[in-house]
Amino acid sequence: MDSLWQWCTGLFANWGIVWRNFDYLLVGAYPQGPLGGLAMSILMAVVGIFGAFWIGLGAGLLRLSKRPWLCWPAILYIEVIRGTPLLMVIFWFYFFAPILMGHSVPETESAIVAFIVFTGAYVAEIVRAGVLAIPKGQMEAARGSGLSHAQAMIHVILPQALRNMIPSFVNQFVSLTKDTSLAMIINVPELTLAARHIYTRTMKAPMEIFLAIALLYFVICWVLTALSRRLERHLARYQARTAHGR
Amino acid sequence: MPMIEIHNVNKWYGDFHVLKNINETVEKGEVLVICGPSGSGKSTLVRCVNRLEEIDQGEIRIEGKSIHAKDQDINRLRAEIGIVFQQFNLYPHLTVLKNITLAPMKVKKIPREEAETTALALLERVGIGNQAHKYPVELSGGQQQRVAIARALAMKPKIMLFDEPTSALDPEMINEVLSVMKDLAREGMTMLCVTHEMGFAREVADRIIFMDHGEILERGTPEHFFTNPQHERTKAFLKEIL
Repeated sequence: MDSLWQWCTGLFANWGIVWRNFDYLLVGAYPQGPLGGLAMSILMAVVGIFGAFWIGLGAGLLRLSKRPWLCWPAILYIEVIRGTPLLMVIFWFYFFAPILMGHSVPETESAIVAFIVFTGAYVAEIVRAGVLAIPKGQMEAARGSGLSHAQAMIHVILPQALRNMIPSFVNQFVSLTKDTSLAMIINVPELTLAARHIYTRTMKAPMEIFLAIALLYFVICWVLTALSRRLERHLARYQARTAHGR
Repeated sequence: MPMIEIHNVNKWYGDFHVLKNINETVEKGEVLVICGPSGSGKSTLVRCVNRLEEIDQGEIRIEGKSIHAKDQDINRLRAEIGIVFQQFNLYPHLTVLKNITLAPMKVKKIPREEAETTALALLERVGIGNQAHKYPVELSGGQQQRVAIARALAMKPKIMLFDEPTSALDPEMINEVLSVMKDLAREGMTMLCVTHEMGFAREVADRIIFMDHGEILERGTPEHFFTNPQHERTKAFLKEIL
């Protein structure tokens, strides 16, 4: 019993390494060197979700179009991305972007583009479902009063649909925050790579280091989920207010 | 020139022949009530007039101009034809006032102050001038439907289409909506009303048509319709509904 306890505590005895390198986990080499660590993970997730929102909004609306030449490219994009691992998308952009652009593209930028394109496909499906959930009568009333399809979308359908989509967006943001760890594969100095750097430098305390970053990911995602839950409760009240209106 | 001319109109939903060779003319200022059992095609007919539904054969003309003409701007057409739905279809995320000013501001480019003045006057006219800043869900069904009528009138339409405007209302709220419609009829609005309110039809309609299975089976003045219907189907319908 005693020796098991010792073995266990021995496994987690080197927290000092984590504390001494904690600033590296949070911001990487910054301010002397490039930004990295948790700050880089959050930066990629925030820029990623913001870009994915616009790509997803566009693709989701095109997907809803009755015109085949608008709808089919959107379907192709959404289905291809949804049937592909994120890691593969990160590699595509990392290896093909320099070929396409004719010059090298920094890892961080190419990873962010991959996150935007990947998450955009999922956001597109959220947008599509959100728009389809709005009762048909709303579009009929808007078109019936002389608004164009685009005006009806902008002023009547989307304001209602986007509000209903907020919880799904937050979920997507939480997923993306965790998925940014995959960017380490192309050497983006985000949190997971920072942890690996510390480990390869010290060759000590892998348990402590990787447990520490797991906790960091968890805290961020937990805070986001908690916020999302509060938002959902708030929106449920809004929906109770409007449900009767149909 | 008649306000609305409907010529040999046919429409199918797949194999289902929903409108069968419909012919009808509505003069300016006339109130035409369309009644009939559910599934008879009456709502579809009304919704074809502003092209919320498209016809497969025939022609509909408004003031002599075909609504299917290539150069017909569909949004301009609809701006001149108000429509009121069974389920009100107010915009739940906008206040009553904004529900009414949206189309005038976006379609007709009327400045906000002017649109709001008109909207408030219309709300006064339909008897709910004090509700302008509430959201639709805070109003009763009857009030919501009156907002919907005000919203349609805000575009200053030549024609008003009513698609079963009182069918979703509690009985005690039906009259407040009907009285707004009666006022409108008296003021000379051209109206197409799909309704089961036979009291309203008797009092306000210039003519009534009865539809069943996509056909117009009976047409005439209210007096003819209620006292001397010709068709067996009309007689059976009236017996059930009166």
